[in-house]
Amino acid sequence: MLAGAGLVFVALLVGFVVDLVVQARPAFAHFGVGFITGTQWNPVTGHYGALPFIVGTLETTLIAMVLAIPIGLGAALALSHLLPPRTRVVLGGAVELLAAIPSVVYGLWGLLVLAPFTRSVIEPAVAFVFGHAGPGSGAEIGIGLLLAGLILAIMVLPTMVAISRDVLAAVPADQVEGALALGATRGQVLWRVVVPHARAGLLGAVTLATGRALGETIAVTMVIGNTPAFAHSLFDTGATMSSIIANQFTEATEPFHLASLIAIAVLLLVVTALVNVAARLLVRSVGRSRAAIALA
Amino acid sequence: MRHRNVYGRAWVWRALGAGAVVAAVGLTPVASSGAGASVTSRAVSDSSALTLNGAGSTFDQPFFTLGFYEYHQKIDPSVTVNYASIGSGGGQGQIEANTVNFGATDVPMFSSDLAKATAGTIVQVPIDLGGEAISYNVKGLPQGLHLTGPVLAEIYLGQIANWDNSALKKLNPKVNFPNESITVVHRADGSGTSYAFTNYLADISSTWQSKVGVGKTVAWPVGVGGQGNEGVAGLVADTPGSIGYVELDYALKNHFTYFAMRNPMGAFVLPSKASVAADAALHPGVSPTNFKIDNLGHSKAAYPICTYSWLAIYQKQTNASAGTAMVDLFEWMTHGGQKYAGELDYVPLPSVVQATAEQALSTIVGPSGQKLLTKAAIAKYGVPSGK
Repeated sequence: MLAGAGLVFVALLVGFVVDLVVQARPAFAHFGVGFITGTQWNPVTGHYGALPFIVGTLETTLIAMVLAIPIGLGAALALSHLLPPRTRVVLGGAVELLAAIPSVVYGLWGLLVLAPFTRSVIEPAVAFVFGHAGPGSGAEIGIGLLLAGLILAIMVLPTMVAISRDVLAAVPADQVEGALALGATRGQVLWRVVVPHARAGLLGAVTLATGRALGETIAVTMVIGNTPAFAHSLFDTGATMSSIIANQFTEATEPFHLASLIAIAVLLLVVTALVNVAARLLVRSVGRSRAAIALA
Repeated sequence: MRHRNVYGRAWVWRALGAGAVVAAVGLTPVASSGAGASVTSRAVSDSSALTLNGAGSTFDQPFFTLGFYEYHQKIDPSVTVNYASIGSGGGQGQIEANTVNFGATDVPMFSSDLAKATAGTIVQVPIDLGGEAISYNVKGLPQGLHLTGPVLAEIYLGQIANWDNSALKKLNPKVNFPNESITVVHRADGSGTSYAFTNYLADISSTWQSKVGVGKTVAWPVGVGGQGNEGVAGLVADTPGSIGYVELDYALKNHFTYFAMRNPMGAFVLPSKASVAADAALHPGVSPTNFKIDNLGHSKAAYPICTYSWLAIYQKQTNASAGTAMVDLFEWMTHGGQKYAGELDYVPLPSVVQATAEQALSTIVGPSGQKLLTKAAIAKYGVPSGK
């Protein structure tokens, strides 16, 4: 009976994927590979191409992870090894609360509070750093790629911190004490003993955080500006795979419009699955090399 | 996994945090998200209370909110209406799938859309009339600046990118324009408001017609997308240097500055009840296949960007009580209820159009083919509205 419960889950997953693929088939059949490489999204002329959204998703996720990984790792290290117990409890509770905030609340806060701040403080600073060119060029209006990346970073931080903290705290105390006894400084203990020991778990945390960032819909839809085209700078508006689906699926009545949106959903599934598989392989190889070291 | 002292001390912080989140959610103004607000099938719980479900145009939303409320309070307390403001495209999709009692759309459904209807013929009823204000948020610029269609098209095509440009200066010689880039705001969702707007632009700009075209969703060359009229209004309000098109009521409620557009007679006219009415009066014989009222000539007082909004209802209703409640409600909304439209700066329907609406409503029949709009109902609800 318990096996039956597991089978139900598998059946649901398979049924779900099959149904999506079947509904997306008209778009793939009509546009072929050109759907994935196409750069135009035009319901009036009937041309649909998913590349701007794939790139948009990867860009926002990249910005989010570039910000979340160092901050998350630092916070997790502090929470597990550096801070006194009382502070640890308070900060740990605060991080967990951040994880409990619904996505739409992040979107609202981002639009109403963070967007003006981004427009007046963050974007001028970024423009200054890049010399008003390349990623720092364009009109500074607050909403756009950069804001979406910032909000995603804040949203995945709790995941990063919570898992990393547990993994880092699980490093055996005798490893830490042994290193200290050998005369290592605190920094050397952290970076040469604790973090390498917890590598596999940290990778797992990064994967989970990336997975969340890839699929996040409502918060991103509210702050990314919904322009179905490539973004040429951090300040440009754009769209991600999930935001274009959320925006357009209720009224996709033109021919191939709905099928194209479902095709994008299939692509999103594929991208997320690829990231997961890559991370699993990484974790396994890291684990294997550690086991080899342990056996030697 | 947790040490006992964690629960002991941290609960205070958690409670405070939870309270702060609740307070924040309660205090922040809500911008309608719109996506996925699908409505359940028609609900008739018992004989006394009836809930009707509708979805569609955000253009109509202010009028519907007030009108449905007043109907429930003053005319028939047994009828409640849930209206999901998800955009004209969404409304068309929902009525085609027969998941709502009625859809609302600023551009009537075309024969290709009507062919997708799953429960028979759809009847379209004109329900309100309004103008689209081209709003701008630029510090220091006065209200009512002059603008022409071709210049507006160039702005939306991205050919004019800065407020400090020769075309705007030529139209408004006494005004000092700042050196600020123009942030174009348009709709991200499928919108009848967008249809009327692009219809106008395609009319006056052949470049727009060939490059972008007309539609509820188009490939906007530049700009930022907002969800619903509310989303565009929010973006214009929050973004300095922005320009956006919204139904007049949104512009007035948000205290936007908006342009006086040049009409075909050469006069620069601000959108208002009078100017939209003047435009509508130039084409009284509107129908679902002949609905364009943009840019009509022969009146110096007419505002050129206006649109009717239409209800989409199945001609054959499967539930007689829901169907009767609906036709009574909309007979009132197109007659006595237009007073509330007027309060919100829509233009009350001209009497010719009211007759068209009544004619359309009287073709709606019940399961056994009986007409649902009775003479008694017409006498009771079809009282012409005072302007």
